[in-house]
Amino acid sequence: MNDDALKKEIVALLRRNARIPEKELADRLNSSAEKIAALIRELEKDRVIMGYAAIINQEAENGEVRAIIEVGVQPERDTGFDTIAERLGKFPEVHSVYLVSGHYDLRLEVVGQSMQDVASFVSSKLASQPGVKSTATYFLLKKYKEAGVQISKDEHYERLKIVP
Amino acid sequence: MSDSKLSPKQWVAPHIAGLPRSGIRDFFELVKTMDDVISLGIGEPDFVTPWHIREACIYAINHGYTSYTSNLGDPRLRKAICKYSAENFGLEYKPENECIVTVGVSEALDIVLRAVLSPGDEVLYHEPCYVSYAPSVRMTHAVPVPVLTREENDFVLQVEDLEKAVTPRSKVLLLNYPNNPTGAGMTLADKQLMADFAIRHDLLVLSDEIYEELSYIPRTPSIASLPGMKERTVTLNGFSKAFAMTGFRIGYACGPVDLIEAMMKIHQYSMLCASSIAQAAAIEALQNGQGPREDMRREYEQRRNVIVKRLNEIGLPCFMPRGAFYVFPRISSTGLDSATFAKRLLQEKHVAVVPGTAFGSCGEGFVRCSYATSLEEIEIAMTRIQELVSALS
Repeated sequence: MNDDALKKEIVALLRRNARIPEKELADRLNSSAEKIAALIRELEKDRVIMGYAAIINQEAENGEVRAIIEVGVQPERDTGFDTIAERLGKFPEVHSVYLVSGHYDLRLEVVGQSMQDVASFVSSKLASQPGVKSTATYFLLKKYKEAGVQISKDEHYERLKIVP
Repeated sequence: MSDSKLSPKQWVAPHIAGLPRSGIRDFFELVKTMDDVISLGIGEPDFVTPWHIREACIYAINHGYTSYTSNLGDPRLRKAICKYSAENFGLEYKPENECIVTVGVSEALDIVLRAVLSPGDEVLYHEPCYVSYAPSVRMTHAVPVPVLTREENDFVLQVEDLEKAVTPRSKVLLLNYPNNPTGAGMTLADKQLMADFAIRHDLLVLSDEIYEELSYIPRTPSIASLPGMKERTVTLNGFSKAFAMTGFRIGYACGPVDLIEAMMKIHQYSMLCASSIAQAAAIEALQNGQGPREDMRREYEQRRNVIVKRLNEIGLPCFMPRGAFYVFPRISSTGLDSATFAKRLLQEKHVAVVPGTAFGSCGEGFVRCSYATSLEEIEIAMTRIQELVSALS
């Protein structure tokens, strides 16, 4: 496998499990741990891999509140949506920012300690930003799936122990 | 009353009474009595059937697609199979009369053998092989003729060995590559040698290609697509392994019109048709299942890399399998025979593998390890195998 193909496989495996040891990656891909480590460093340097996060079952964790916020904005003449999107992304409360097609422009995911927290972020920080024309806030009530992982484990099936 | 003076009548036909129980069966009984066993003895995918396939089956139930289908199988499925075969295996078959949907490859094999064999006909097949081959031949009153394959050839059947076994009564050559239990695979050159041999001796080839989609070498055309082979080959395949659909029990056979017609008669009288709702699932698998299928194949390939490396490090040599999800390491250096090794591994280390002898007597000195199990479990199993091997040396 050439380096590009290896990198593709590494990214696919890390997406599924970011904690997979370099040695296992090496064994799976018939490569060496040193080679894998070097490629991962390259992927990080090139910002293909930007970080490693755990997939948390919020309910089992703390009382964090999350909301999806649809934001209508006035694009700028030279930079379009980029300037305002990047500016909104600087707030630590904002977990993700996407430019989307459809009835509004930017889709934000915002995290706060309470509903009050999120509400005050929207009214005092977000809505008052120059260029922001409208907001619509949707509090997330229950999570069923994240990052490809289903929250409830409803599938149990024991295979026969020996099958020809 | 039970105190009859007459000895009880032997109802079971001698040729059935004489069939050995599958060697795996006894071992299975032993495993059943234990919990916390890590099993490398499972010849089916550890992936649950992809959701879109299960959903198609549920949809079929909800919409009342629950009656008999045509004997040959739902025409939409046959059409999908023929298209899939053309695109993936280089095989052109007509859905109207060159393809039959069966209850797994097991039924396909059974009915093709019954369709072509008369008592006394001989079937050449390779050992080690899947456990049903010799019994299925015997059930037709024909004669199974095993041809041994060897580690030095990575368990690929050799023409010299076939030439020694062929007789005027030989009628069928039964092939299974990629192979259960060894993971052996055939290159195009290997297939050409088999084809030449079959033509030279005027044999019908039955090619069990159930593991074909789980190939880790560049895919080559099926043997039926080689010149002069289509008219003397029946290709058997199914959904169990490639699409993780073992419990759906859908297989198929493609071949010459007269053979499919003959198979259809047996199928019609014994099975009528394969399950309609499982056929609906199979259609979905062929139409939209290529992504999940490839994901699973890559996962098996990576596990294969790991398990082969570990076994060789432990001192149980095995070659790099070309397909399927089995490795077949040699364990003779431990001083134990296959059955004893497997039994001690199970009892002392709680790891199940299948003795090579379950797949033919030439499997002595080997065990079959399936890597259709999570890498996490494979790693634990390897550690435990290492412990046993160290203790034995």
